[in-house]
Amino acid sequence: MSHSTVSGGARGGGIGAFVRDERAPALPAPAATIGGFGWLRANLFSTPFNALLTLATVALALLIIPPLVRFLIIDAVWEGADRDACLVSEARPVVGACWAFARDRLAYFVYGSFPIPERWRVDVFFVFLALSIIWILRIDAPRRDLAAWNFFVVLPSVSIVLLSGAKLIGLAPVDTTLWGGVLVTIVVASVGIVVSLPLGVLLALGRRSTMPAVRLVCTLFIEIVRGVPLITVLFMASVMLPLFVPPVWTPDKLIRALVGIALFASAYMAEVVRAGLQAVARGQYEAAAAVGLGYWQLMRFIVLPQALRVTIPNIVNSYIALFKDTTLVFIVGIFDLLKTIEVARADPQWATPVTSTTGYAIAAIFYLTFCYMMTRYAMRVERRLGVGLGR
Amino acid sequence: MNRVLTLLGIAGAAILITSASIAQTLNTVKTRGSLSCGANGQLPGFGLPDAQGNWKGFDVDYCRALAAAVFDDPNKVKFVALTAKDRFTALQSGDVDVLVRNTTWTSSRDTQLGLNATGVNYFDGQGFMVRKALKVNSALELNDAAICVQQGTTTELNLGDYFRANRMRFKTVTFASVDEALAAYDSGRCDAYTTDASGLYGVRLKLAKPDDHIVLPEIISKEPLSPFVRHGDDQWFDIVKWAHFALVNAEELAISKANVDEQIKSINPEIKRLLGAEGNFGEQLGLTKDWVYRMVKHLGNYGEIFERNIGQGSPLKITRGLNSLWTKGGLQYGMPLR
Amino acid sequence: MSRVSGRDRPQISLLFDPKVRSVIYQAVLLGLVGLVVYAAASNAIDNLARAKIASGFAFWNHTAGFEISQTLIAYSSQSSTYGRAFWVGLLNTLLVAGLGIAFATIIGFIVGIARLSSNWLVARLAGFYVESVRILPLLLQLLFWYNAVLKALPELRDSVVLPFGGYLNNRGLFLPRLDVAPGFDLVLAALVIAGIGAVALRLFSRVHQRRTGRRLPVVTVTLVLILTIPALVFLAAGAPVTVRYPQVGRFNISGGIEILPEFVALLVGLSIYTAAFIAEVVRAGIVAVSRGQMEAAQALGLRRGLALRLVVIPQAMRVIIPPLTNQYLNLTKNSSLAVAIGYPDFVQIFTGTVLNQTGQAIEVVALTMAVYLTISLGTSFLLNLYNARVALVER
Repeated sequence: MSHSTVSGGARGGGIGAFVRDERAPALPAPAATIGGFGWLRANLFSTPFNALLTLATVALALLIIPPLVRFLIIDAVWEGADRDACLVSEARPVVGACWAFARDRLAYFVYGSFPIPERWRVDVFFVFLALSIIWILRIDAPRRDLAAWNFFVVLPSVSIVLLSGAKLIGLAPVDTTLWGGVLVTIVVASVGIVVSLPLGVLLALGRRSTMPAVRLVCTLFIEIVRGVPLITVLFMASVMLPLFVPPVWTPDKLIRALVGIALFASAYMAEVVRAGLQAVARGQYEAAAAVGLGYWQLMRFIVLPQALRVTIPNIVNSYIALFKDTTLVFIVGIFDLLKTIEVARADPQWATPVTSTTGYAIAAIFYLTFCYMMTRYAMRVERRLGVGLGR
Repeated sequence: MNRVLTLLGIAGAAILITSASIAQTLNTVKTRGSLSCGANGQLPGFGLPDAQGNWKGFDVDYCRALAAAVFDDPNKVKFVALTAKDRFTALQSGDVDVLVRNTTWTSSRDTQLGLNATGVNYFDGQGFMVRKALKVNSALELNDAAICVQQGTTTELNLGDYFRANRMRFKTVTFASVDEALAAYDSGRCDAYTTDASGLYGVRLKLAKPDDHIVLPEIISKEPLSPFVRHGDDQWFDIVKWAHFALVNAEELAISKANVDEQIKSINPEIKRLLGAEGNFGEQLGLTKDWVYRMVKHLGNYGEIFERNIGQGSPLKITRGLNSLWTKGGLQYGMPLR
Repeated sequence: MSRVSGRDRPQISLLFDPKVRSVIYQAVLLGLVGLVVYAAASNAIDNLARAKIASGFAFWNHTAGFEISQTLIAYSSQSSTYGRAFWVGLLNTLLVAGLGIAFATIIGFIVGIARLSSNWLVARLAGFYVESVRILPLLLQLLFWYNAVLKALPELRDSVVLPFGGYLNNRGLFLPRLDVAPGFDLVLAALVIAGIGAVALRLFSRVHQRRTGRRLPVVTVTLVLILTIPALVFLAAGAPVTVRYPQVGRFNISGGIEILPEFVALLVGLSIYTAAFIAEVVRAGIVAVSRGQMEAAQALGLRRGLALRLVVIPQAMRVIIPPLTNQYLNLTKNSSLAVAIGYPDFVQIFTGTVLNQTGQAIEVVALTMAVYLTISLGTSFLLNLYNARVALVER
């Protein structure tokens, strides 16, 4: 035992003299593998090709980021009453983003032409919507069964009354032509989100139905709507609809666009849901049939919960696409955020060479923020589901 | 099964009912309580919401004048923003009662599209802007040039006609919106930028160095801009038509927003007839006697509307030019009210 | 006893018979759909007649009268019709969509694989690219690229002169054009023969591999065949082409091939945007192939590259193809945003200028929908064929 054990030192002499009896202290890892340098080496410069990629990446970042920061922050104009503030002058040889313009028009970007004394209603709507969204999305929130009712039933009906007004409870009616800006963007996106899921589920079920006529109608609808650009759907819904219905029935312009968006989003949602349905094993159907469940019970309790669960990330992704697509309603003369920006930049009061770019920067920041939050949520859900399935 | 059939029948009948002919526009407007006006939401000086979301502009004031004539309230107007693509369908389908959206009066619109132009409220024409550095003094020197243009209804066609007539070649780069077309021109993509002369005033303000650009003298097209109404409702056609003539006549007779209350007591029979102190011309139109008084009281005469929105009282500072009264060398001539 | 006769079944109302019910449901649905379509059509006819609007396609043969900056087929504003403009626009859309699909696929596959790279920075950057590009509206991106392209290029007077008589400036890229002279048919014939040879070689190599297990260098030989034979014939025939060089005029360069900056910006914008989506599709596809497949392939002695090509990617393709089809269709439809940056695509020319000039909204929009529908269904059909080939054969 003593031979194999490292014991004693060189001091003692004798047989154990050349055998160490204590562990040599561990040497520090080679300098090239630890700390920042080691990390760099392992992750960035592991092969010549990787090193090349890394350098190219850094160069690209240097090319893009500094001018962007200069334009958005360093050279930007923050204060001013009209276009003179954002023009090139002796004192300001380089002009970046004209944030003074954004500050001046901020209320218009948010509310559009909504009457000023009634704008508190829009604020209430925003708060209610935000709370409802948090309630339904937070996994650990209390009473999530009520949250769904709130989101799909209470929220829409309250919002309609709140925004368009009702004489009965003393809210002055506000015509939808006066709605605008972020309000319209949010309303269009929310309606699309709320309507497209149930309608998409129905269409997807219809497409997988055993009844040939139902299948045919659903498939035709889905393929036709998916095959044409949203612009043409909106154009048809907004401009042509009055030609296709009797004159008494001219629905509100915003409602027409909402119908167009909702139908379009439903067709896409139907395909997403269908993919989820295909992922449900056939044995599930057979087992449900064996215990005597009818069609709707089978769908409601067995198939849809599983199908929707696996396809949540895709659903969120189509919501993101829908959110971006709402910008197209400006083509049919509805004042969404992008359109209000277009209007504001056309105003000679703020006509400068940088106004347009500033407007687009505002739009970019808005869409980045919202879509970023949605992607984050999708990724979190994806990770949770992944854990749940034990992968 | 019978019940299903009955239901189907009812649904079908409901869809197929065609009632409330759109011919009675004035009645529709009165029962609705507001005028639905198709306007341009993006053209400074003519139709554009301001920072509070209120619609402002020359065309917009024409709609407000109509609302003033009908309701004595210039705010009883619902503005519907229309693009060049959907404006005619919106009017045809009854979506708007009147279209006042810098729309050129052409024969095909009068005939083929089933519309009526009511009278020219602004004489426009297409012009060119070029960089001074090119040393071009006339549009005739633009052979082979690249031209940035905003997609319009007659803009590209006029360009084609002009260059064809003068045996010149050219290249166009067509954009959906003014700002993009202008930005491309400003960055040197094109040698010239073309749009209606009224638009050229506004866009200069957006150029990096406005003084480096000049507007060429040639006006290559006639663009008489007019309000439009549907075929088949003569009463409404007359109202929109005579609203314009009344505003021009008011300017001619020096009746303004400020002095209309004095002028109504005038002994001049023309003024008396115009303001409704004598005769019942307004009632013949289906309106009230004082319809012109209402318009002028709320919005002023033609000249005031012009100066406030696009003339010297605005950032655009467009000169009257062809739009001066006929007595001052222009083309605006109000038909006599009697 | 073993057979259940009709009399033994419990008497229930016909309404509860699944078959009868199914027929009723379907009849009601079809009836409703037919009714809606009929009502819409009859209302449209009524409304159009009442408003005295001219309808129909008479405008198709009228002179268009407007200029188009990029025409792949002969077109002149003076003599060509709206119908001709329709085809010009359609070809422009197909051109940008076709090239966009090619580039987006290449970039998308590279980025999708890069996201799984071991290089931290590359993986992160690929992730950042995918995330940020996907969540910004395409319109803003197109405007950005257009400005970037215009800013990067010099003015006409400072044109970059390229070898062989080309020019590059902010009006575009101008290259000499080769016009075919008599005798070029021979070169084409040689190309066809080389192509047939390549196909034959491919078939033979398949048989050969099945027999011996050895692979022939098909790709290399094909390239050599297709490149050298026509080239030799071309030289032997005395180079039967004439070259037209771009000429610098007072304002512009004319003659030769012209590549517009709008085209480049649209192509770059569309490719980069769609590539981000394709990258996600590819990543999901590769992740979906279980690791064991790769390990098993390597255990069999396949090199990493071969294992990827023969084992992993064919399985990944099954997952990739359906969503990839969607991305291709999206790219085609998104190309309609070209109007914002001045590229004359189908929507700009037809649904834009032609609609504006004629005012025939219903006809023009209906045709637009029909065109996109045809493109979409055609693409879906082709990719479904391919998908059927690669799909798992199930019980």
